[in-house]
Amino acid sequence: MRKVVKTKILKIIEKNKYSLISILQEIQKEYKYLSFDNMYFLSEELKISLEEVYGVITFYNEFNLNPVGKYEIKICLGTVCYVKGASEIVEEIHKLLKIKNKECTKDGKFSLDTSRCLGCCSLAPVIKINEDVYPHVKRQDLKEILEKYK
Amino acid sequence: MIRITVGMGSCGIASGAKPIYRALEKITKNKKNIQVVKVGCIGICKYEPIVEIFEKERRTTYINVKKSDIEKIIKQHIKKGNIVEELLISKKILNILDEPFIKQQNRIVLKNCGEVNPEDINDYQKREGYEALKKILKEDRKEILETIKKSKLRGRGGAGFYTGLKWESAFYQDSDIKYVCCNADEGDPGAFMDRAVLEGNPHSVIEAMIIAGYVIGSKEGYIYVRAEYPLAIERLKIAIKQAKEKDLLGKTILNSNFSFDIKLRFGAGAFVCGEETALIESIEGKRGEPRKKPPFPTIKGLYNKTTLINNVETYANIPSIILNGSEWFNSIGTEKSSGTKVFALAGNINKTGLVEVPIGTTLKEIIYNIGGGISNNKNFKAAQTGGPSGGCIPNSLIDVKMDYEDLKEIGTMMGSGGLIIMDEDTCMPDIAKFFLGFTVDESCGKCTPCRVGTKQAYEILNKITKGQAKEEDLKELEELSIYIKENSFCGLGQSATNPILSTLKYFRNEYIDHIQNEKCTAIKCKNLVKFVIDKESCIGCGVCYNNCPVNAIKKIDNKKYEIDQNKCIKCGICFSKCKFNSIKKI
Repeated sequence: MRKVVKTKILKIIEKNKYSLISILQEIQKEYKYLSFDNMYFLSEELKISLEEVYGVITFYNEFNLNPVGKYEIKICLGTVCYVKGASEIVEEIHKLLKIKNKECTKDGKFSLDTSRCLGCCSLAPVIKINEDVYPHVKRQDLKEILEKYK
Repeated sequence: MIRITVGMGSCGIASGAKPIYRALEKITKNKKNIQVVKVGCIGICKYEPIVEIFEKERRTTYINVKKSDIEKIIKQHIKKGNIVEELLISKKILNILDEPFIKQQNRIVLKNCGEVNPEDINDYQKREGYEALKKILKEDRKEILETIKKSKLRGRGGAGFYTGLKWESAFYQDSDIKYVCCNADEGDPGAFMDRAVLEGNPHSVIEAMIIAGYVIGSKEGYIYVRAEYPLAIERLKIAIKQAKEKDLLGKTILNSNFSFDIKLRFGAGAFVCGEETALIESIEGKRGEPRKKPPFPTIKGLYNKTTLINNVETYANIPSIILNGSEWFNSIGTEKSSGTKVFALAGNINKTGLVEVPIGTTLKEIIYNIGGGISNNKNFKAAQTGGPSGGCIPNSLIDVKMDYEDLKEIGTMMGSGGLIIMDEDTCMPDIAKFFLGFTVDESCGKCTPCRVGTKQAYEILNKITKGQAKEEDLKELEELSIYIKENSFCGLGQSATNPILSTLKYFRNEYIDHIQNEKCTAIKCKNLVKFVIDKESCIGCGVCYNNCPVNAIKKIDNKKYEIDQNKCIKCGICFSKCKFNSIKKI
């Protein structure tokens, strides 16, 4: 583990006076997710078991155990999107970015997640990249859409 | 002096208030007689962005303002003094106080929301802000406690425990350290009154917490606010900083020998943390699993010390009670519960938003006088109170008084104030399924009845709404619901099956219809609905044919179309696309 990261985490621990949830929130804010290495270091510093740290992380919805990209792609897999070909879109993104669901590209640019319903069924199929909503997405459009963020 | 306010709660900002505020600020920059101020949410979201102009004897409310309207407001109103009529709520309503939705309310908690600048402590102080604190610092602690007790203020977070008794219990504890906590983990879907208070008037909560600290003898307070409310967090931070600068918070407050400090803690997305003991665990940095009660938090709370926990809305009442006395507070509400309650009115109703009415106001008054009746001229079917922990109120009980006991008697609860109105097109087993789905997701997993039981109940409801259930299933569902209610560890589990039990009580026929006749009278449950084309009114435009994702629509003679029921996946696209209402659900 890099020394810079260590000092940063130590600072976060100090600042949050050893309150685990606040520390985790701040580490996630800094690194966007909670990596195993960082958590291992944290558990040693706080002198609590790694199991306890993970117990807290998995209890709360807010925490990510996997890296998140600069651009978060959300694909709606609601019923309408599904029948209108959302699974093809998932497939195409797997192919284009070489990532599966809940994964992040190596350069840290894109991560992929699916959603139960984004609530805009009349625009199906829909994908969301950060705050931008793309309606009526076709398989062949994806390359061009992703290009905008590269 | 002309004061221009822009509604900048979360809802106002989402509707585009920020550029409006910036533009107004820019235009009026060098004009000393004009003041542009950001305010919180007034509680009618559909009117956002709201711009109000306060002149000497006139208050004007402009609604749904766009950035392009600003020039007109400045030219016509500010410079010439003429009202811009097309931006009013209606020609007859000059300002929001005359809007029937607001006019018929009695605002104590929301009094300053939408009027006071939440980021400026001076603005709050001009409206009697921190006067209550100044008053009590000279008084005997027991006397203040007596006032709170006599006020008959009850917990607004759900359970309705008398606030005075809670304070008294904390007061008499002989503990070296005591904590004052504020529960701002508003998690019920549909309820947002706490957010409105924190975003619109955060000082009212801070002032009340300082008062509570003084009374029970505490030096430290925590506000536990959910991370999903970034604006509320931001404004709380500003408010705490400003209060410290004014010597209203921190060491030796206002030259007395009383010191008090407030810290913020952020929730990380867990519904159960709204339960007070789970909240305490979470503040301590642990998994938010509830503790066994008793001992109650006033005996053994945060770090096992005496802890007083109240909800945001409860605290927001305190300064008014101190200033106006318990008798004044008793004159509002019912005999057992004084004061008002804020409801978040939503669903199939004409006007949605925050409604603050005296406790004991009937449901009928809220729906028809304030909410303007059911939308689309439909009939009222039921109202859900208390979110996923509450139950439904059927039409036959529409005259029920919205009070803790009255609601409990008919199988629901006051809860934190979510009030969802449902019309005749709502399927009650489906609604019960929706709420159970929420509890299944949010159950913390500590006790088996809640963790496993709610999942099983959800599966039975799923079977019912798909028309695959048998009559034994209904009996099993009822037994299971009662079992979960009686055996769960905390309030979340104990109330999780209320939506099932109350819909079974008042709408049993619908369950039986789903099971025996495989029929959903509200035509909501997809598996039990058939889409057909009405040949009389169909003009053969082909929109349905073109939009069907699975090619289930065939062309038959005379340019007419037909749906192949074997292929149809019941997505409802044809139904929503048909402009001639020729697609029918049966």
